[in-house]
Amino acid sequence: MKTTNKLFVSCEEAKHICDKNQYGEASFLEVIKLNIRLVYCRVTRAYSKRNTKLTKIIKKSDVHTISPSQKESMKKKLQKEIN
Amino acid sequence: MPTNTIDPNTWVDKYSDYLFNYTIVRVDDKEIAQDLVQETFFAGLKSMKNFKGEASERTWLISILKRKIIDHYRKINSNKGKAEVRINYSSDSETEGDWLEERVADPFDKNAEGDIENEELGVAIHDCIGKLPEKQALIFKMKTIQGFDTEAICNEFDITASNLWVIIHRARTAMAECLEKNWF
Repeated sequence: MKTTNKLFVSCEEAKHICDKNQYGEASFLEVIKLNIRLVYCRVTRAYSKRNTKLTKIIKKSDVHTISPSQKESMKKKLQKEIN
Repeated sequence: MPTNTIDPNTWVDKYSDYLFNYTIVRVDDKEIAQDLVQETFFAGLKSMKNFKGEASERTWLISILKRKIIDHYRKINSNKGKAEVRINYSSDSETEGDWLEERVADPFDKNAEGDIENEELGVAIHDCIGKLPEKQALIFKMKTIQGFDTEAICNEFDITASNLWVIIHRARTAMAECLEKNWF
């Protein structure tokens, strides 16, 4: 992921920044770098589009999970029944 | 056709989230949903002998869960019957003769179609998560759905931040591919 110029990042790095950006964890400078790459790189653009879509769809779905601690207690109860 | 096998020790890890999502849109209460999932596992354990291996383990558990959900509604319905409240039509002359249903305002932000779509989407997402390798699935869920900090996850799994991002990257790519057919 070496880049000679600070503002121009590799495709791999751009994807990495894009991933981070989905969780709001990319820094301001990183977002600028990503946007520069997006101007001229088709691969990054396609990746970014798909990635954003995935984030939106998960947000929209209001999907739930059981917390890990609850799962542990479920496992214990089930284990008790098995024995 | 390969025969499906059954292993109760893996149920919680493999299916609890999937079953939970299936339930929550139908009962709209987290705790009840969780109880129903647990009951489903117990019932599954009891009737393991009846599992013929024709359907997958998950399909079989869902069919038990469906029964549990119906039972749940039967139970709360019979509770309701004990304390029946009779509602009279109001004396308001303007609405006289209207059915009660006609006088209830439509919820402005919800419609049946949207609910069905969301319900299927939630199940589809867990379906796709189920196809990821175990560790990837776990980390993806923690990061994306439960919203844990990067640091917290790194500590939990004893990995570096860049390690985590590589895992997230792979999971996201796989998830996008999986969901692309039906939902993008």
